[in-house]
Amino acid sequence: MNDIKVHVKDLDLHYGVNPALKKVNIMIPEKMVTAFIGPSGCGKSTFLRTLNRMNDLIENVKIDGEVRIDDIDIYGKEIDVVNLRKKVGMIFQKSNPFAKSIYENIAFGPKINGITHKDTLDEIVEKSLRQAAIWDEVKGRLYNSALSLSGGQQQRICIARTLAVNPEIILMDEPASALDPISTAKIEELIHELKQDYTIIIVTHNMQQAARTSDYTAFFYLGELVEFNKTETIFSNPSKRQTEDYISGRFG
Amino acid sequence: MLKTSNIFQLQGRKGILNRSTIDILVEGLTILAVVVIIFIIVSILGIMISGGWSRLSLKFLSEYPKDGMTKGGIFPAIIGTALMTIIMAFAAVPFGVITAIYLAEYASERSIIAKTIRFAVKTLAVVPSIIFGLFGLGFFIGFVGKNMDVILNGGELKWGQPSLIWASLTMALLTLPVVIVSVEEAIRTIPRDMREASLALGATKWQTIRKVVLPGSVSGILTGTILAVSRGAGEVAPILFTGAVYFMSDLPHALNDQFMSLGYHIYIMSTQSANVDETLPIQFATTLVLLLLTFSLNAIAVVIRYRIRKRAN
Repeated sequence: MNDIKVHVKDLDLHYGVNPALKKVNIMIPEKMVTAFIGPSGCGKSTFLRTLNRMNDLIENVKIDGEVRIDDIDIYGKEIDVVNLRKKVGMIFQKSNPFAKSIYENIAFGPKINGITHKDTLDEIVEKSLRQAAIWDEVKGRLYNSALSLSGGQQQRICIARTLAVNPEIILMDEPASALDPISTAKIEELIHELKQDYTIIIVTHNMQQAARTSDYTAFFYLGELVEFNKTETIFSNPSKRQTEDYISGRFG
Repeated sequence: MLKTSNIFQLQGRKGILNRSTIDILVEGLTILAVVVIIFIIVSILGIMISGGWSRLSLKFLSEYPKDGMTKGGIFPAIIGTALMTIIMAFAAVPFGVITAIYLAEYASERSIIAKTIRFAVKTLAVVPSIIFGLFGLGFFIGFVGKNMDVILNGGELKWGQPSLIWASLTMALLTLPVVIVSVEEAIRTIPRDMREASLALGATKWQTIRKVVLPGSVSGILTGTILAVSRGAGEVAPILFTGAVYFMSDLPHALNDQFMSLGYHIYIMSTQSANVDETLPIQFATTLVLLLLTFSLNAIAVVIRYRIRKRAN
């Protein structure tokens, strides 16, 4: 197992008085793909969003416990959430490029970080688009609206946009659930490429996808982390009854 | 069994009869209401066009009033109205946009401050315009202007009198709710996804507002501005005591000059003119100019608003 990148200790999360996560403990390895699976409402997306503190945006959320990234508690007082989110990027379920040109979408992150030099920006844009395996498709129309692209292309633009900020961890919240099989395959291929340089955590409804793309898999049920292990172990020899029932399709 | 079904049928038939009578009545009433409204609009336009069309010309638009305002054009009133609405927009739009940003982005729905602002905006929107005029006279001229004179000019009268700036600011207060409401509406149509995308890239809240939310709300800000301008251009009461005059031989040159305005010009011509009958065509033509101006501004706002709504869906 690689070094531990994310270490979560006894994490509880409440929406108002309703518990959404109960005593979650997990150690996520660096530069690997970790998948979160489980039925709808099991807390996997909520948990994902605690890792870059996107839940901060929702009123009435109460979080207890520790989330340590590189051994720093990201809920600590001295943490700047803006810097945290630069380090922990996020891809959303629905591709959400800005209503700007492809170029401006990718340059958005570098620009807010104060990079204004045109050549540097050009370089970052090209590098990010290449990394996201979409350069060849869009290089001739960088100044067209990103919204003119297909859904799968838009999602890869969003991935490129995240890469341009140079994160260490990339969170993906069902990144392919709205895409056709070919686009999905491209995203999965991309995940495989990216794990050489990034720690990737992916939430998915699609168990084949978890099996194909991830090295480790965590199964969530009713706000609890039921089981966490190597993906092959989870899918071939789960130790908990609930996990087995879920992956064999008996519920969920 | 048979008995109940009979009763049902009877009641049903009776019900159908009743409803159809009521339906015809209601339908007739609604049609009547529509006809009345159309009749009113057509007659207003008809009277104005027939009375003023012949008077309308390029000369009318570009000349000063002449011979005790019984001849000549309305040039200074057009310029005065334009200057007043421009200054008004410069005051009302930034203030309204900032308030709308606060309401849509920063304030929690349940916070007392947000509720107070919303209540204030709603109240401001229904205050009769003459009250704004009196407030402007008391606050801007009587308080702000007077004190500016005392502090800046050693008591010499410069700002403490009706003028372009005070009339514009008074009008800005009147049109502020229009700006706030339309800008807030536009800001709220920016999808949550977009904000999250920006924040997830490490943008601060303000960067997100400046680079994602505001660029997406440009059309809303534009609509708000146009609606405010068209409302402000037509109002008379707020500027009655705060800066409008019935005649000037020159255009205003400074913020503390007085000015002529289209609405006030119509009011003066129809009530204070030495010979109302003689100036009637001028009145009609001036009204026509004012109406065309506000109608076209409103039409532009409607088109922009329609586009925003389409995007929101």
